[in-house]
Amino acid sequence: MSAAPEQSGAEVLLQALKAEGVEVIFGYPGGAVLPIYDAIFHQNAIRHVLVRHEQGAVHAAEGYARSTGRVGVVLVTSGPGATNAVTGLVDALMDSIPVVCLTGQVPTHLIGNDAFQEADTTGITRPATKHNYLVKRPQDLARIVHEAFLVARSGRPGPVVIDLPKDIMIHKAPYAPPCAEGHPSYRPRTEPEPEAIARAIAILKAAKRPIVYTGGGVINSGEEAARLLARFVRMTGFPCTSTLMGLGAFPASDPRFLGMLGMHGTYEANLAMHGADAMLAIGARFDDRVTGRLNAFSPGSRKIHADIDPSSINKNVPVEVPIIGDAGRVLASLIAAWEADPAAPDREALAAWWREIDAWRAKECLHFTQDFAKGAVIKPQHAIRRLYEITQELGREVFITTEVGQHQMWAAQHFRFEQPRHWMTSGGLGTMGYGLPAAIGVQIAHPEALVIDIAGEASILMNIQEMSTAAQYRLPVKIFILNNQYMGMVRQWQELLHGGRYAESYTAALPDFVKLAESFHATGFRAESIDQLDGVIRAMLAADGPVIADIAVDPKENCFPMIPSGAAHNDMILSAATEGRAAGITDPGLVLV
Amino acid sequence: MQGNEGLRSATISVLVENEPGILARVVGLFSGRGYNIDSLTVAPVDETGRQSRINIVTSGTEMVIEQIKAQLGRLVPVYRLADLTREGPHIAREMALIKVIGSGEKRAEALRIAEAFRARVIDATTENFIFELTGATDKLDAFLALMRPLGLAEVSRTGVAAIARGTRTI
Repeated sequence: MSAAPEQSGAEVLLQALKAEGVEVIFGYPGGAVLPIYDAIFHQNAIRHVLVRHEQGAVHAAEGYARSTGRVGVVLVTSGPGATNAVTGLVDALMDSIPVVCLTGQVPTHLIGNDAFQEADTTGITRPATKHNYLVKRPQDLARIVHEAFLVARSGRPGPVVIDLPKDIMIHKAPYAPPCAEGHPSYRPRTEPEPEAIARAIAILKAAKRPIVYTGGGVINSGEEAARLLARFVRMTGFPCTSTLMGLGAFPASDPRFLGMLGMHGTYEANLAMHGADAMLAIGARFDDRVTGRLNAFSPGSRKIHADIDPSSINKNVPVEVPIIGDAGRVLASLIAAWEADPAAPDREALAAWWREIDAWRAKECLHFTQDFAKGAVIKPQHAIRRLYEITQELGREVFITTEVGQHQMWAAQHFRFEQPRHWMTSGGLGTMGYGLPAAIGVQIAHPEALVIDIAGEASILMNIQEMSTAAQYRLPVKIFILNNQYMGMVRQWQELLHGGRYAESYTAALPDFVKLAESFHATGFRAESIDQLDGVIRAMLAADGPVIADIAVDPKENCFPMIPSGAAHNDMILSAATEGRAAGITDPGLVLV
Repeated sequence: MQGNEGLRSATISVLVENEPGILARVVGLFSGRGYNIDSLTVAPVDETGRQSRINIVTSGTEMVIEQIKAQLGRLVPVYRLADLTREGPHIAREMALIKVIGSGEKRAEALRIAEAFRARVIDATTENFIFELTGATDKLDAFLALMRPLGLAEVSRTGVAAIARGTRTI
C-alpha cells in the first residue's frame, strides 16, 4: 500500500498539468472550479489568463496551440461555462487543434439532480470533442489528465474535455506520472506502409500532369513536415496547392506554389486540380469547400491520399492509393522512395503541364482595380496587400489570425505565408468571432511578435469583449477591420444567388470603433479613403498596446474568384464582369451552404 | 457519391473498453452521421469486465460501411473491430422470446411449428406459450411470420451476437 495521498484533487490536477509542460491556462472562474482557482493562486509555475467569455478561452487556447504546436489548455466552470465553450471545442475538432478543456462540474453526489449550474457536459461535448472524460474517483484523476493530453496531441489532434466534479477537486487524491506503456486501446498509426508508398511513387513517376494538394495535416505534423514538403515539391518539380488550413506549409513565394484551391482559390490551382492526371493529397480532407461538385472533381486524376486519420480517406472522394500515416513520415518515405526508384519522371510532359498552368496564371485571377485618386474608396484586397507589404518592411515575425467571411478569404488570397504556424483561421467550422481571442492566444505565446487579426466589422463584434483581456495583459494585438458595413459574404451570396435581396445582412448602428478601442484602453484609428490607408497601417503597427484600425472599404466588393456551390472547378466565376453566370446556378447547388 | 452503388448489410463486431458512455459514443456516431443500425448488442466479454463487445448490424453502400469502420476505429476506447460479413465465414445468432396466445387447432399448430424450428417452450398456460428460439436472424423472421396468424402477441429479441468461424479472432 502506498501512503495516503497528501494533495487535494486540484493540486494533483496542477501537478499533472506541470508534468505535461503547461505554462498557461485560458479560463474563467465560477463556483464549481473555485478549488482549482485556489490551487492556481498558491503556485507560480502556471500562468492563468482571464478571458471575458468561455468561447474566447477556447479560441485563445487554439491560437496558442496553432502558433506553438503545443496543447492549449482551457479552464471553465460548470453549466454555462461549459456550454459557452462548446463552439470553441467544435471549432478545434473541425480544424484538428490540440486543446484540453477542463470543465467544472457539480459534486458527484449531485450529478443528475439538476443542481445549480449543472449541465450534462460529457453528454453535450461528446460529439464536440475527440474524446471526453468525467472523473468520478480521485484515483483516476492523474491518469485521466495525462491520457487527455496524449489523446489531444497525438494522431489527428483535437479537443479533449475533462469534467471535474467539485468534490473530486477538494478531496485528497494520489498523483501518478504518465503511463509509460502508452494507451491500451488508442494507438494511432503514424508510419506509412511501404507498399502504399511504392504504389504512390509508381503513379507519381508516370504522371504527366501531377499536382500536390496539401492541408492542415502538414502543419499539425510539425516544421519538419513542412521542410520535407518543400524538398519533395522542389525535387519533383510538381505544382503545389494548399487548402485554407494548410497555408504556410509550403512557401507562397516559391514559383511552384499555385495558391489556395477551392471555392475562393486561384484559377490556376483549381484548373490544375481539374486537369491533373495524378494527385497527391497530404493531410487534407477533400472538404466540400475544396472539391466543389464531387462528380466533377478532378475527374481524370489517379488519386493518392495520405492522412493520419483513416476516416478522412475515401470519405468524400474515392482514392486509388490510401496512405495512413503522419504527414512528415509519409513525406520522408516518399522522398526516399522517389530517390531510390530508377524510373525517370517525364520531364517533357511536366514542362508542357507547367506551360498550361502558366497560361492559367496569366489570367491574374486575383486582380482588382484600386483607384488612387484622393478620397477614393479603399478596395479591401488593396488594404490587405498594403498590410502585407508594410509588415514585410518591418522585418518582424508576423502572425495573422482572421475572423470569418470575405475578409478571411481576401486575407488567404492576398497575404502571403512563408512558414507554417503563422496563419490562424477558423476553417472547418467557420466561426465568426474566432480571430480576436485567437490573436490573444498567439500573442501570449509570442510576446515579441506582431500579431494581427484581419477582421470584418460584423465578426469582430462577436467576441469584442476580449478587448478587455488584451488590455488587462497589455497584449499589443492589432485588429485590422475591413469595414464594409455588411456581413459581406452573406451579402455576396444574396447578390449572386438570391436576387440581390439583402435580408438582414446590413448592420445598422455599428459602433464607432475608434471610441470603442479607447473605451477598452486601446488605440483606435480610422481610414476613410485611399489616401489615409498607409498612414493608418503604419500608425497601427507603430503603436504600443492593442489597436483597432477601422478601414472603411468598398461595401459592394465581392470576393472572386468563386466556384458557386454545386459547380465544378472549371466552372469558376473570375470577376464581377462574369458573375451573371451565377444566375444559372442549379437547384442542387442552391441547397448547399 | 452513393448513387448507383448497391447497399449491403454488414455485421461489425467492436471490442471496446467498458467505460461509461461508450455505448452513447457508438450510438451517437451512428445517429450523428446518419448511418443505419439494424441491430445492436453489447455485453462485457472478459473475465475482469473491462472489455465489452458490441455487435452492430448495419447497412449501407460499400463506401459508407468502410466509413463506419474507420469512424468506429478512431474512437479512443475501441481496441479492435472486425467486419465479420467481409472478413470470411462467420456465425450470427440471436435469441427471441415469443408469446403466442390462442387455443384449439391454432395452439396445436403453433406447437408443431415450434418443434420443427426447435423452439423451446419455456412457459405455458392453457391460453398461451412462450417460445425461446435461437438462430440466425432470417430463421427468427421466418418463425415469427408463421406465428403471426396463430396468435403471436409479443416478441422480445436480443439482437445479433456474431463471431468468426474457425480459429480467427477479433
